[in-house]
Amino acid sequence: MTTETGEILRVSDLRTYFPVRSHALIPRVIGQVKAVDGVSFQVGSAETLGLVGESGSGKTTVARSVLMLVRPTSGQIVIDGQEITHLSPKALMPMRRKAQMIFQDPYNALNPRHTVGGIIGAPYRIQGIEPPGGVRAAVQALMERVGLNPEHYNRYPNEFSGGQRQRIGIARAIALRPKLIVCDEPVSALDVSIQAQIINLLRDLQQEFGLSYLFVAHDLAVVRQISHRVAVMYLGHLMEMAPRETIYAAPLHPYTHSLLSAVPIPDPKLQKERSRIMLEGDLPSPINPPSGCVFRTRCFQAQERCSVEVPPLIEVAPGHQVACHFPVATLPAGIETALATLENQPGVPVRRPQPAGDQVSSAQLDRLPADGRPDSTPVRPKVRVGRSR
Amino acid sequence: MICLIILIVFYLVGIFGPVVAGMFGISPYTFDSNAISDLGGKPYGAFGGISLAHPLGVEWGTGRDIFAQLLFGLRISLIISTTATLLTVTIGVLIGIIAGYAGGITDSLLGRLMDLILAFPFLLIVLALSGVLTQRLTDLGVPEGNVSRVLYLILVMSVFGWPYLARIVRGQVLSLREREFVEAAVSMGASRRRILFTEILPNLWAPILVYATLTLPSYIGLEAALSFLNVGVLPPDTTFGAMLANSVTYFNVVPTYLFIPGTVLVILVVSFNLFGDSLRDALDPKGGH
Repeated sequence: MTTETGEILRVSDLRTYFPVRSHALIPRVIGQVKAVDGVSFQVGSAETLGLVGESGSGKTTVARSVLMLVRPTSGQIVIDGQEITHLSPKALMPMRRKAQMIFQDPYNALNPRHTVGGIIGAPYRIQGIEPPGGVRAAVQALMERVGLNPEHYNRYPNEFSGGQRQRIGIARAIALRPKLIVCDEPVSALDVSIQAQIINLLRDLQQEFGLSYLFVAHDLAVVRQISHRVAVMYLGHLMEMAPRETIYAAPLHPYTHSLLSAVPIPDPKLQKERSRIMLEGDLPSPINPPSGCVFRTRCFQAQERCSVEVPPLIEVAPGHQVACHFPVATLPAGIETALATLENQPGVPVRRPQPAGDQVSSAQLDRLPADGRPDSTPVRPKVRVGRSR
Repeated sequence: MICLIILIVFYLVGIFGPVVAGMFGISPYTFDSNAISDLGGKPYGAFGGISLAHPLGVEWGTGRDIFAQLLFGLRISLIISTTATLLTVTIGVLIGIIAGYAGGITDSLLGRLMDLILAFPFLLIVLALSGVLTQRLTDLGVPEGNVSRVLYLILVMSVFGWPYLARIVRGQVLSLREREFVEAAVSMGASRRRILFTEILPNLWAPILVYATLTLPSYIGLEAALSFLNVGVLPPDTTFGAMLANSVTYFNVVPTYLFIPGTVLVILVVSFNLFGDSLRDALDPKGGH
């Protein structure tokens, strides 16, 4: 596992709310979308923390908050020993060298009017750093490192494929030699074959530069490939956090169980025969979350106590934290087969299933439609969400 | 493509108008009493006195050469419309970007300012204020006469023209600022200035250029209309509008006097519009090459 030499990121009781404004003549704040509601975790040096959850669980908001792209409502974020939530944009500048981001959509994350050289060199220009040998040489070295042809320095992003664009985004993120990289679903928009290449590149870079990753994803197979620890989010709360082996082999939270039971098995016969935990209903509104445990409305374990008392995140084993009154110890049936399949394909994430009719449970994490195109419209609450910046 | 060539020719002729006039041995200011009759000043010859000496005929009453007047008029028209377009684009883009990116109260205030300007009865204001403001410009040290009148035209066109572009730019910025590359720049610590002018502005060039090429001809037409209404330049200088206004009186006898500047004006404006359209097609990433 990881060599815990230090702590790069510590998030304590992070809350990020977005105000909901009325459409009246004079807009008033009539409510709050509690996108992230009291999340705490830490990421060690050269460690990858996988953050999983379904759409709307707040995992992307966590990622954006960590880099102060949205201002958190409350809580602390400590990056490499420095608390950043109270810093002014100017005072944040040195911190920005330590933490960078890789974005989900490689088509949106690169300015279409800038050349590749301009995009990858932007961190140097913005931070006012002159790398040894000049920006151009540094950029071309970076391009080579991430597997791009350095001669394509003057090309524009639209001349590259999705995987190559994501490599450009990675080169930009590592340009300043950060300690932490927040990856917001970096492979979910890519083809499966390309996903494996990008994951391998991220792993190699982690070893080479000692990078820490906060790896946000909804694909459990991908998270399994790269994470040392995994945190499961639901409706703005952490449900369970454990080392990778534990979360896949011995999960305790009912929600984690249902997620794992949705992991596809690439054998149609087994896939048909396995039993699944089907969650009822939809994700509740984060404006008006359920009382007590936020998951209780869809939980097969839910009892009276769950609606009254918020389950705290308790450490049940070293490194294994669960927020549940009635944890489930037995693995869902059929998951062993699924896990075995994941295990047998090192470095290659499993192919996603075609979401067909009755098999689409509400816990289905994979938003990729059958034709392989990324679903670019994330599920949003049906109210207008104001920006709290 | 043809329209681009026509436009280049127009601009060259506008710039080198005096040279061209010199080559033909004509001037817009010289009276030619030999070309017109002594009684009533009607030009001799067919089509308003078209001859070797005066390729497009002469003006009724004075015998001034129409071709030379066109050359010099084109020059003033292009100066007015080009400068006004540049000013419009500069103001519009700046305010549009600020309104779109800042949002909140700034956006609301700038939006109301645009509404206010768009709600003004433009023509009425321009006519009513022309005397006062030209006088004011003269008081401020601008040379009296046509210089201050041209400056007045440029100013009113720009002041009343920018809100249209600002609205377009604002809308574009609103969608651009949500794109992830802007977020990437923020996460690298980019200043607001860099985000606006290095990240967002390059993505706005297409709509700005298209808008500019469509605004310019409308300003040429507007200048002609205002000159027709006597707000524009005074004789002996002339523009398309002034010539058209002058020619209306003699239309029954010498229709060519109206048709010649009218045709040139139409060619110029249509060329600009076609150029703007093809520019829009060329810059549209969806229209494959």
